[in-house]
Amino acid sequence: MSEINEGFALLSEQLMLVAGMAYAVAVCAYVWDLVTFSSAVKKGLATAPGTAQQGGSPENGAVLAGVGARSAAGQDLGVGPQDRGVRPSSKTHEGSDGVTAGDSMRYGKEKRVVARVAVALTVVAAVVQGIAVVLRGLAAGRVPWGNMYEFCTTGSFAVAVVFLLVLTRRDLRFLGTFVIGLVLVMIVAAHVSFWTPVGHLVPALQSYWLIIHVSIAVLSSAFFTITFAMSVLQLFQARREASIALGKPDKAPVMRLVPNALSLENLSYRINGIAFVGWTLTLMFGSIWAEKAWGRFWGWDTKEVWTFVIWVVYAGYLHARATKGWTGTRAAWLSIVGYLCVVFNFTIVNVYFSGLHSYAGVGG
Amino acid sequence: MKETVVEDPKGTEPRAGAKGRKAGGDIAVPQLGLVGMLRWAWRQLTSMRTALLLLLLLAVAAVPGSLFPQRSSAPSEVTQYLKDNPASGPVMDWFKLFDVYSSPWFAAIYLLLFTSLIGCVLPRAKIHWKAMRSAPPRTPKRLSRLAEYGTVTIPAGSGIDAATAVKDAAAILKSRRYRVDLRDLDTDRPSVGAEIGFMKEVGNLLFHTAMIGVLAAIAFSGLFGYSGQRVLVEGETFVNTLTSYDTFTPGANFSDDRLVPYSAQLDRLVVKYDRSTEAHYGQPLDFNATLTVKDGPGAEAETKTLKVNEPVSIGGTNMYLVGNGYAPVVTVKDGDGNIAFQGPVITIPTDGAYTSLMVIKVPDAQPNQLGFVGFFLPTALIDDKGVAFGSDPDPFNPQLNLNAYTGDLGLDNGVPRNVYTLDTSAMKEINSRNVDAGGIVLAPGQSYTLPGNNGTISFDGIKRFAALDIRHDPGQGMVLVFALLALAGLMASLFLNRRRVWIRTGNHPDGRTMVEFGLLARGEDHRLAGEYDALNKALHAKWLVPMEADGQNGEQTSTTDSALGVTAASKDQ
Ligand code: HEM
Repeated sequence: MSEINEGFALLSEQLMLVAGMAYAVAVCAYVWDLVTFSSAVKKGLATAPGTAQQGGSPENGAVLAGVGARSAAGQDLGVGPQDRGVRPSSKTHEGSDGVTAGDSMRYGKEKRVVARVAVALTVVAAVVQGIAVVLRGLAAGRVPWGNMYEFCTTGSFAVAVVFLLVLTRRDLRFLGTFVIGLVLVMIVAAHVSFWTPVGHLVPALQSYWLIIHVSIAVLSSAFFTITFAMSVLQLFQARREASIALGKPDKAPVMRLVPNALSLENLSYRINGIAFVGWTLTLMFGSIWAEKAWGRFWGWDTKEVWTFVIWVVYAGYLHARATKGWTGTRAAWLSIVGYLCVVFNFTIVNVYFSGLHSYAGVGG
Repeated sequence: MKETVVEDPKGTEPRAGAKGRKAGGDIAVPQLGLVGMLRWAWRQLTSMRTALLLLLLLAVAAVPGSLFPQRSSAPSEVTQYLKDNPASGPVMDWFKLFDVYSSPWFAAIYLLLFTSLIGCVLPRAKIHWKAMRSAPPRTPKRLSRLAEYGTVTIPAGSGIDAATAVKDAAAILKSRRYRVDLRDLDTDRPSVGAEIGFMKEVGNLLFHTAMIGVLAAIAFSGLFGYSGQRVLVEGETFVNTLTSYDTFTPGANFSDDRLVPYSAQLDRLVVKYDRSTEAHYGQPLDFNATLTVKDGPGAEAETKTLKVNEPVSIGGTNMYLVGNGYAPVVTVKDGDGNIAFQGPVITIPTDGAYTSLMVIKVPDAQPNQLGFVGFFLPTALIDDKGVAFGSDPDPFNPQLNLNAYTGDLGLDNGVPRNVYTLDTSAMKEINSRNVDAGGIVLAPGQSYTLPGNNGTISFDGIKRFAALDIRHDPGQGMVLVFALLALAGLMASLFLNRRRVWIRTGNHPDGRTMVEFGLLARGEDHRLAGEYDALNKALHAKWLVPMEADGQNGEQTSTTDSALGVTAASKDQ
């Protein structure tokens, strides 16, 4: 067992704080991006052809209503034979239609300078945090996920990296406020509530299954974090689309940055599918490890119960997407509930529930 | 009117069987009679919505088991809970809230779910079996209505007529692993229908079937497995027979002769603590038990290392190190001067410093039975009130702190007694801080003479003990196999795509050969556009048509489209 390197540990904690600050600035930039965009939209509306003539608002409403009606028609496709729900697999609309962003979620031609700054800051923060995580691992001479502090810091790093990776393929910068906001919350929580000095692992955790089981759990949770943010936005966007379709004024023009509810749903379904496979692996690897450590692969320990509950909720989510009347909003709620269970499992269960998994390392 | 579109372009064609359509959920229940009622109930049970609700119900039902102590894992906590909540406790007990996972209502939920599952999987399997063996559906009249649509125009004079083109197209699809079916070859509008991705549905069926397998394998384990606990002090030997276990939980179909009579002696247990960091000083780092095992009586002895996370497997069982502690060796001589008790006493560690509860019962002591209750402290320090407390898990300054009692231990009246608690109600306190004689404090090698001519107690030395779980679980290999199958099925189901392609060709009067093709996804398929691109490229390459010549995905195809439309129309009317 290697020596603990206190110097590395200290440096790691300092860098973690630096990363936290960089994330904080990045979140400000993401928010600023949303605000500037939304005020630009308001100005743009003022010069829109509809309002050029006096009393243009009803006409404007009619135009929007037309658009809304089309996407409403899209939603109706959630009805299949028997009681199967079927989601359209084809595109809804490629580019922006003035109400929502295009479903391609590719980077458009217009430059969002502030958003670029935000992403750049996120990259910097993630690099610094990555170094901090590696240093923590080096300090302890093992993988840096052995207690709550480390789950939180490494987990938030995973969320940031997954987010940046998804950004290379899809323009999800509108999610930055929420996702990087959550990363920030995790770092603050790690520092304030879960801080634990670096140390060796207790024998129960000394197993290569720690590396496999926890890393995949953290990674799946990172994916669930992103779909959670998307599902929340989907709910807002669905309400907004419905109200615009009724001819009401657009109360949240900032949501024009966000793709329509259906494309949010489709993309989060794909990501949730990947995350669900990850969670299935988490469950399986966890059982194999439990068999090695405690002599039974399943014993309804509190942590096992909640891992199971999460798995079943997301299985329900996948089913909901194929069930008449459960696609769209209800599926989004299931995705949100699933994520709340993930958070509950990680915080409340780790800290307050007793069980075989009580190695959170909090409070002694 | 003739049918215009064979396939709904959005892929909403029946999947779960045409029968289901008639019995759609919204229709009011007509007078059905018993058979009809049963059929209706069955259909409700096997519907997607019921499956979803049962899944969600299962998730909710699992939660109380994490909120309240469970008999299966923490029986003493349940007893305590019942004691603390005399009013609500028994009611909760009646609702099986302390046995959630073996309760009838939990079982009802998952059994219903799995019934629904079987009812769902069988018809789907049948439908899919048929689909896999039948030709791809007939070519839709208007391919341009499909989700992805494109055209290729082979210039006049290339020598490729409609029939050749369609065969070329079929070959391309085949090389892309589609199942293809050429049709209408003898007409002027030949076409090819193709389908790929049958493994998606196979994966789905495999996943759901494997879930049944997992459940069955777990049930099998419950029938034929067994588990037991044994606390073993250094130097002691465990023999795998029923009487050697401290506690034993047999499966429903267990019989004695399933126990292989191997033996395992605990030679020593070495525990290492963290001494290198201040923050985690005294945290355990390693528990290492050395065993001498024999496969049976008279078999060759073998040395094995048992650690946390590293079970020893022997005689069809696995042996796990699940706990450890100190067993001080004590000798008690009674008032008559005879040895009434001698040996290691297993203690119960209560904290990280191994402050260990200890009870000694000496029923053989004459003339009075003796009982001792107290603590073993591996490293004793004295606080300012003069009370000893444990400060380190290693035995740097070991100490016994005991109170002594004489009288009736209550062991003879047949009431089962916990060996780790002493009922002092019928006994007289002879040593404690409350009486003049004071408590007994012993360091190793020391001896103490009990007041009132009740004999002596001596602390001879320290041993460690290991708490072992011994398990035989014949089903867990099967559980793993089914879980892996489920995983494979899940991935196939989620990540494969099922899609259909149709390609139709025709000879234009001006000598060009017109080719149109359409793609249709069944279910979610975000890669359909990518498949379109690939196919488009392959077709162009095959006939050496430059890519720019044609519009992308129906955007500028109006010329070729209408050109084909003419021929199509002339044929249809
Ligand atoms: C033990 C309970 C069940 C679990 C854990 C479960 C889990 C899942 C999961 C994870 C999926 C998504 C992956 C895939 O597409 O294969 C799925 C899909 C599906 N399940 Fe289940 N399921 C269960 C029971 C049922 C039952 C009872 C039914 C039938 C009523 C059913 C019908 C389906 C169908 C039709 C799909 C395909 C959905 C689609 O086409 O996207 N499942 N199930």
